[in-house]
Amino acid sequence: MEVKVNKQSRTFNGDPQMPLMWFLRDELGLTGTKFGCGVGLCGACTVHVDGKAVRACAVGMNEVAGKSVTTIEGLSADGNHPVQKAWRAENVPQCGYCQPGQIMQGAALLLENKKPSDEQILAAMSGNICRCGCYQRIFTAIKAAAKEVA
Amino acid sequence: MNVHIRNLEKRMRIENVSRRNMLKGIVSAGGLVVAAQIFPRGAFADENQYNTGAGGMPGGTVWDPHVFVSIAPDGTVTIVTHRSEMGTGSRTSLPMVVADEMEADWAKVKIVQAPGDETKYGNQDTDGSRSIRHFVQPMRACGAATRAMLEKAAALAWACPDTEVRAQNHKVIHVPSGKSLGYGELAAAAAKLPTPRANTLTLKDPSQFRYIGKGKVQITDMRDITMGKAMYAQDIRIDGMKYAVIARPPVVLGKAVKYDADAAMKVPGVVKVVAIAPTPMPAKFAPLGGVAVIANNTWAALRGREALNVQWEDGPNADYDSDKFKQAMADSAHKPGKIERNEGDVDAALAGAKKVIEHEYYIPHGHHATMEPPAATARVANGKAEVWACVQSPGGTRGDVAGLLGIPEADVTVNVTLLGGGFGRKSKCDFALEAAILSKDLGGTPVKVVWTREDDIRHGFYHSVSYQHVTAGLDANNKVVAWRHRSVSPSLMSNFMPDPKRESSLELGLGLIDTPFNVPNLRLETGEAVAKTRIGWFRSVNNIPHAFAMQSMVAELAAELGRDPKDFLLEMIGPARIVDPRSTVTSELWNYGDPWETYPIDTGRLRAVVERAAKEAGWGKKLPKGQGMGIAVQRSFLTYVASVVQVAVDKDGNVSVPRVDTAIDCGFCVNPERVASQIEGAAVMGLSIAKYTNITFKNGRVEQGNFNDYKVLRIGEGAMDVRTHIMPAGINVPSSGVGEPGVPPFAPAFFNAVYAATGKRIRNLPLGEQLSA
Repeated sequence: MEVKVNKQSRTFNGDPQMPLMWFLRDELGLTGTKFGCGVGLCGACTVHVDGKAVRACAVGMNEVAGKSVTTIEGLSADGNHPVQKAWRAENVPQCGYCQPGQIMQGAALLLENKKPSDEQILAAMSGNICRCGCYQRIFTAIKAAAKEVA
Repeated sequence: MNVHIRNLEKRMRIENVSRRNMLKGIVSAGGLVVAAQIFPRGAFADENQYNTGAGGMPGGTVWDPHVFVSIAPDGTVTIVTHRSEMGTGSRTSLPMVVADEMEADWAKVKIVQAPGDETKYGNQDTDGSRSIRHFVQPMRACGAATRAMLEKAAALAWACPDTEVRAQNHKVIHVPSGKSLGYGELAAAAAKLPTPRANTLTLKDPSQFRYIGKGKVQITDMRDITMGKAMYAQDIRIDGMKYAVIARPPVVLGKAVKYDADAAMKVPGVVKVVAIAPTPMPAKFAPLGGVAVIANNTWAALRGREALNVQWEDGPNADYDSDKFKQAMADSAHKPGKIERNEGDVDAALAGAKKVIEHEYYIPHGHHATMEPPAATARVANGKAEVWACVQSPGGTRGDVAGLLGIPEADVTVNVTLLGGGFGRKSKCDFALEAAILSKDLGGTPVKVVWTREDDIRHGFYHSVSYQHVTAGLDANNKVVAWRHRSVSPSLMSNFMPDPKRESSLELGLGLIDTPFNVPNLRLETGEAVAKTRIGWFRSVNNIPHAFAMQSMVAELAAELGRDPKDFLLEMIGPARIVDPRSTVTSELWNYGDPWETYPIDTGRLRAVVERAAKEAGWGKKLPKGQGMGIAVQRSFLTYVASVVQVAVDKDGNVSVPRVDTAIDCGFCVNPERVASQIEGAAVMGLSIAKYTNITFKNGRVEQGNFNDYKVLRIGEGAMDVRTHIMPAGINVPSSGVGEPGVPPFAPAFFNAVYAATGKRIRNLPLGEQLSA
């Protein structure tokens, strides 16, 4: 089957049930998509499929055939997506592991809603766990990024 | 948290000491015997140097620029960082100290992670909130020595007296003429110079710091993290590597008796099934054993593991049941225990008290649940081993891998990746040992062992369950004249020695026998509790239950007497003084492995953080119905932290935390921005502990498995406005721990706030649905 990853066409011939996450990580070496829980509970593996935030651990290869996947590595050419810039300005990360997933989730939110309310930000981000507890800075960074996007 | 295990082992080998002496040995190794003079006072032209316990840690300290600093001809300065980065910021803050002292421009600095080698780099056990505490001085010396070598090289180049040159912002200036040479131009000559002697070094005056204490430096890995390029152990890829997952016994010490290797081998991509034997307790960090499935990718390995259909023989821990264990702990806490610290006559004071108040507190097991589940890759071939792992103790891991394989440490390389969270879990290198076993079994093929979230939650080293029974006596003037505290908790020492069945000295020093309370009749006891699983240390360790019980009890007494909880807490602390329990404890007072003279228990500092947090929070202001404030304080890891937590409870019993004010006195503060991030994170973790954290056992098995049933805090659930107030302290005030001390005061402050808001007192954690009942 064919799938587009970061604008590049990729072929996959393995188990169609294999989650997209393992294809990205083990086959393509795109390890920015992190393994956190394996069942769609933590958001560390969040990517965009046709522009929508999707947990790559909970979607099989058969479900993404013919679709377009964007990973953290493809979010922006230079790492300067407004969410990435806001992340740096607010000094968000501690260990950093969940952060690509958080950034992809935040970026997906701003794709569909350029002026999210506080409640909408919290609702959109509530599927992404940060065990270090960077939540208040994540919230501030997304608000700052929304300002730039709007 | 650190238990100086390697020191312990050495002592056991050498002395074959009695159990009592062994316990003493652990404490002594870091604390009392080896108050090593790393830099004797007066060694520098700087009178502000102080002693720490760093010299008592394996490898001690190293500050030689030839080890830590190299400079390229283009001026790029490469600084080696030898501590593991798990989110506290040490990978940034310690190199920043070197850069500042050597007058380097941070924009021209690169950071390189050291492999495990404590002989070369000094102690690497990133644990116990020690990175800044033990290494700010050596890293300052390293930077100062580098600066001196660059200045010397310039003076030689110009054939001028040393007094005519001065390093400044990445170059050395010839002061009389104003000419200069860049660090890149001086690098080759400087590198050939010998390391200056310590007593010739001059440290910068703090007024000249560019980075230290400023909090303006972005973390080293910021750009990589935000672009998905940061590499953790789960992300490692080595040519020819295979992927492994392991079916581990669901009960500690269980054994696989039957499994279907053929079915696993039929899964496309599976290459081998390997049995791993369990290690009898005390097993230190040895793997639990089980059955490994090795495959060409993680997914195939997971499918293969499902097909194994393992049947287990559960062994002696199959009867572990959290409900029954809680009752057994309560029974233990209701009986007189072993006296650990004794002042005055508690029995007489309680007998003569006008009123006796008694309460009991329970905290269940917890688990770290680092966002990155444990993972390690190993290549064991030709008598040598190379490991890539997210370990907090690369030096310890190197020793353990060498021991496992029976090869010299010199033949083991441990490469340290970034750690996707640590919190103490990754101090235990069982996952790295698993990878080494499997690579060896495959004859040298590199193997990555991937832990899933279920593996992580079901096969951890758990924060110990605890039961605390506190009895206080009040006299006719409503003064607290007696405090009897019985603490019952299985010991983490059960990993390292026959189960002591009660908290050891170092666990008791975490907030129990070091209590600063000003009560004339004080008795701290331990009761018996047997470890039925692997007990580990979890961010701030036994400080969590001890602080929860003590700081809750103080608020309960204040409520009983109709007193303001903050004023009453200050009264319990008593006047500003040094509290020295060393003569009234029955074993030894664990002072976090550091010398008492440098880090005594100072109630003046404790009082000051209480007052600061209260002031910043607007303590005493009128709050709407359903809202309340609570306060708690704890000295832990030699740092003083007070938190005021504000809660709002709705009619359904849902609690939100609109604001937290935390005051921290960590001595001289190297990186205030990272201190704030640690305090914010500690509030989130503290709120997780208060509301959710609960690992339970049934038939010896952990009942939870993923974030659906092991809940941790999510965004918006509270602690979104955490304000950190750092107490000002000069360079002469010894730096102390930061990573852990934010956690202990949070839960008691939160529950004291819940009481203020609702009148309901919660003594059994986690909160769960207790307010909606």
